[in-house]
Amino acid sequence: MSAGAQAAFRPKAWTGRLAAATVIVYALVTMVPIAWIFMTGFKTPQDSISYPPKAVFEPSLEGYVNLFTTRTRQTPEYMRSLPPPETWYDELVRSRSMVIAGPSKFGERFTNSLIIGFGSTFFSVFLGTLAAYAFSRFTVPLKDDLLFFILSTRMMPPIAVAIPIFLMYRTLGLSDTHLGMIILYTAVNVSLSVWLLKGFVDEIPREYEEAAMIDGYSRFQAFYKVVLPQMTTGIAATAIFCLIFAWNEYAFALLLTSGTAQTAPPFIPTIIGEGGLDWPAVASGTTIFLLPVLFFTILLRKQLLRGITFGAVRK
Amino acid sequence: MSEVRLEGVTKRYTPAASAAVDDVSLTLTDGGFAVLLGPTGAGKTTTLRLVAGLEKADSGRIFIDDRDVTQEAPSTRDVTFVFQQYSLYPHLTVYDNLAFPLRSPARRQSKSEVEKRVTRVAEMLRIPHKLKNKATQLSGGEMQRVAIGRALVRSPSVYLMDEPLSSLDAKLRAELRLELKRIQHDLGATILYVTHDQVEAMTMASRIGVLSEGKLVQFGTPRQIYEDPDSIYVAERLGTPQINLLPVDLLPSGAILPGTARIGARTEHLRIEADGSGVEGRVVRIEHLGDQSHLHLEVAGHALTALADAHTPLAEGAAIRLTLSEPLCFGSDGRRLRA
Repeated sequence: MSAGAQAAFRPKAWTGRLAAATVIVYALVTMVPIAWIFMTGFKTPQDSISYPPKAVFEPSLEGYVNLFTTRTRQTPEYMRSLPPPETWYDELVRSRSMVIAGPSKFGERFTNSLIIGFGSTFFSVFLGTLAAYAFSRFTVPLKDDLLFFILSTRMMPPIAVAIPIFLMYRTLGLSDTHLGMIILYTAVNVSLSVWLLKGFVDEIPREYEEAAMIDGYSRFQAFYKVVLPQMTTGIAATAIFCLIFAWNEYAFALLLTSGTAQTAPPFIPTIIGEGGLDWPAVASGTTIFLLPVLFFTILLRKQLLRGITFGAVRK
Repeated sequence: MSEVRLEGVTKRYTPAASAAVDDVSLTLTDGGFAVLLGPTGAGKTTTLRLVAGLEKADSGRIFIDDRDVTQEAPSTRDVTFVFQQYSLYPHLTVYDNLAFPLRSPARRQSKSEVEKRVTRVAEMLRIPHKLKNKATQLSGGEMQRVAIGRALVRSPSVYLMDEPLSSLDAKLRAELRLELKRIQHDLGATILYVTHDQVEAMTMASRIGVLSEGKLVQFGTPRQIYEDPDSIYVAERLGTPQINLLPVDLLPSGAILPGTARIGARTEHLRIEADGSGVEGRVVRIEHLGDQSHLHLEVAGHALTALADAHTPLAEGAAIRLTLSEPLCFGSDGRRLRA
């Protein structure tokens, strides 16, 4: 290729700059609220509602302490009768004329989110992988109709089926259980998972499995040894999408969980109700809530990028 | 090593479709090298897949070493398959690719045995220095050699190869062609080989099967197929330049059989006469190939191709006189007429 021809294919400098500017603007728009939440988590309640808003402030861990504890307000006489505080967070709470009554429910709710989020992601991807392989490789009767049916479960808004599911779960005893929420999120996610993964399986030439089967492997062994390793990109990308959905889901969680299996999304707003608007506690809860998805995404970012641009770019 | 026998094998991919393989019967003897030849869609690959067990025959039976394998799974047939492409597992190293068949549950070998065999095959294919590479880090020729190596590492009854050399450049193809022939000779392997390259077919095969629309139209030695084709279709499959098909009375020739509709004249049947006999033609174009030249001729409005010496004195536009010597005679249905 001549130098001239090469230059013709190179994007012009201004298009590159335009693209960069667009990305920066978009990043600012999406990052500013997250940055604001992160900052609010380290403000005192007074700073968090001051007007004009403070961009520079003295950091405080009060939000985090409030997130993880329940506190009771005490009389000055009682406060004076107490022995000196043993820890820094005792001291912090007492400076507000309160004492720590015990741990809050946040840890528990967060654990529920982890169990239900990762549990449903595992099952969505597991079932999705098997179904996608079957749809890709075998002659399934009514294949196209079945695939459409699977996809159609995603077409209605969750609220449309909320009441039937609520009644069904109450009868089955699945309300407010981890198992119930895992089943529900798996059911919702498996459609996404089947469709995404089918695309990935379709791209893996059948010759690989055929070669393995001729070499003395059964179909399942060939799938496990040859197809699965080549699907890791697709599986990682699909897992992230499933996790993000299950992690952020609010409507079903609000409706179907109240105690033992309540996840973090319906819990975080309830912090607001405890003794006034405790924005730093809400913000610190939100910050911690963001972390698992953030880490999971960073961990799988290479696969995710290849997964999203899948089909558009050939290796 | 063993014999492969197909008896009336028919395969349709959908009940309504025409047969991909239509009533094919053939016997490939122990140690034989059969090449299936035919254009795209003739059923070559399907035949191979049927023998491998990747497709189930609708009717007919397949025997390997007198054992009826028609209903057996691919893994138990003791065959090996070299695919045209995509044959290496991209997530494994060359060593693991070669060892893959030896680690299968059906044929598990001890670790030292695996190593011994992989090393031997790698040396045979001259790739021992590549064993630690990822399969994706190889050149096209190396990949295909590893693919062939994966077949050689076992000692199956039958080797099935589906255009294993077609994705390679000419030089490598020639090299691997010799290599394959040598390996086949050394191992005494029974090979069923699909190609549409007539040089591969002519040079490697002990038997050539010509397929047309799923039917095996002729099965014989390369010499038979070339010199004694059963039909125009078969005659057209082999020979460079392609056989000339001429009207009966265009050129004078000795014995023309009654009922002949067309004459098939290979270059060796065409004689350029210096003594003034024959029919006059004109040289339209000369292609110099180095060791020989192709003469594109025109005789009474018909184009035909003849061979000439590399240093032929003929020039474009020159007049020549042609006769035929013992050409092939074909009936109006394209079938060969024999005396």
